[in-house]
Amino acid sequence: MKPVLLIAGNELRQMFKSPLAWVILAVVQFLLAMFFYLLLSQYMHPAAGSLGLTDSVVNGMYQIAGIVMLLVSPLMTMRLLTEERRQGTIKLLFSSPITMTEIILGKYLGILSFYALMLVMITLMPASLLFGTTLDIGQIAAALIGLFLLMAAFAAIGLFISTVTNQPATAAIATFGVLFVLWIINAAGTNAAEGMAAVFAYLSLLTHYNNLLGGAFNSTDVIFYCLVSVFFIVLSIWKLDAERTHG
Amino acid sequence: MEKETLISVNQLSRFYGQQRAIENVSFDVYRGEILGFLGPNGAGKSTTMQIISGILAANHGSVKIAGHDIYDEPKAAKQHIGFLSEQPPLYTDLTVDEYLIYSGKLRGITKAELNDAVKISKQRCGLEKSGSRLINNLSKGYKQRLGIAQAIIHSPSVIILDEPTSGLDPIQIHEIRDLMKELAEVHSVILSTHILSEVQSLCDRVLIINHGNIVLDQLLQQLQGNQKIESIVIGLKYPPKLDDLLTIDGVIGAESVGETLLKLCFAEGVDATDAIVNKAAQESWGLYSLSQDDSSLESVFMKLTYGEELTQTEEGSME
Repeated sequence: MKPVLLIAGNELRQMFKSPLAWVILAVVQFLLAMFFYLLLSQYMHPAAGSLGLTDSVVNGMYQIAGIVMLLVSPLMTMRLLTEERRQGTIKLLFSSPITMTEIILGKYLGILSFYALMLVMITLMPASLLFGTTLDIGQIAAALIGLFLLMAAFAAIGLFISTVTNQPATAAIATFGVLFVLWIINAAGTNAAEGMAAVFAYLSLLTHYNNLLGGAFNSTDVIFYCLVSVFFIVLSIWKLDAERTHG
Repeated sequence: MEKETLISVNQLSRFYGQQRAIENVSFDVYRGEILGFLGPNGAGKSTTMQIISGILAANHGSVKIAGHDIYDEPKAAKQHIGFLSEQPPLYTDLTVDEYLIYSGKLRGITKAELNDAVKISKQRCGLEKSGSRLINNLSKGYKQRLGIAQAIIHSPSVIILDEPTSGLDPIQIHEIRDLMKELAEVHSVILSTHILSEVQSLCDRVLIINHGNIVLDQLLQQLQGNQKIESIVIGLKYPPKLDDLLTIDGVIGAESVGETLLKLCFAEGVDATDAIVNKAAQESWGLYSLSQDDSSLESVFMKLTYGEELTQTEEGSME
């Protein structure tokens, strides 16, 4: 466990030593603040039959946060292992008394901690509404968990792709492609037979996120994200191990 | 006294796809020994060193570090390894201290010992004043020193250095050589290099590898002892004709190798050095330098590696 924390800590430090992490935090915060303001001003001038505050403003913002993360996450995960390879520091890790599993878990924990921080910063905005009104805390909690699980799945996929290539840019583009396909794959089911449509809908990262955003804390959705994350983490460990034999 | 085996390499083979990198490489390294690893580019030096350090896996064969097999007990074995790759494995965004603390922790140094370990390894590599500098801003030589510092921070019993003196200035090379001699008193060191003189001045044992096979594994003493003095190089301010030199007893060949430098070959089993010096004094040739043609290692190296290559290219051009 100790090496995992050590690697995660180093990962975080590396992130914050480069301007990328700061810029991403700032840009995400700025974009979401803009949407938050727009949604809020829309809410202040309600049309007939509009939704409540939590449903319209808070959920609307988390919905957009999911899309923003889809764009941003590949940029954060692209250098996880590509950078280690390019700098040759992967050899330091490989020749140290730590296992492949510990390296991958450490990297994953590092990026998850960064995402958790990002989530806290995003959540400060809807939380500020609590000063003036009441919100459906349960629904917000479900949305928060949903967004975190979504980001965890994004991170696992990005981590795996960064083990496959040596170029950060390649990793970023490939990750974005995979995430995007998994995001909209339910659309592929619209014209398909009923059974296939259900499979496509199940595979979509978006469907499960929407369920959680609606406040429905369904264990199927939670398990789906956990499965995706674990699957790609295991693949990453295998890939790293295979690198020693075939690389 | 029985020597303690720290590295035991047994029948290692490794392929990159169809291409053979090394085949049936076996050798042992004992405590207190500096092993020089020589070979032309692409001979398999780095591959072998990376397999020993556990970075690459071998297709066949086994490696034992201080009694622990690197595949069966990787954690125990790697605790004893300090490795410096060809390109020092540095996080360029960190400072020297941060980097050394991190690599120390990775190697399992406890918190209580960490400060001392960092201090000692910095001191040994001449980095005392660079602790707070960003690695990105270090010169190549300093990066190389830092690479060595991370390899010795946990005082491992086995230190593996892939071309440790590349990019260093002559004074630094000298310091690093002294450091390695010091380290070898209690550890064992494997180093690869292109510089033959480095092996001569530093190593106890030489291993020459070519096309993935070990072609020579010998103590340096033996290697030099076996070599008879066959020729010397002398410097004369007023050199005579070459024919005059041949009149000296035991000299069978003379050629000019520089403006005033001459290479003299001896008849077999004869050391004519004294005769040459006497003659030079008598005739006032102005003898100003006299050196053994010290190319024993070089000639062995050439014979074992490039000699084979030459015949191969000849064969190749025939096809």
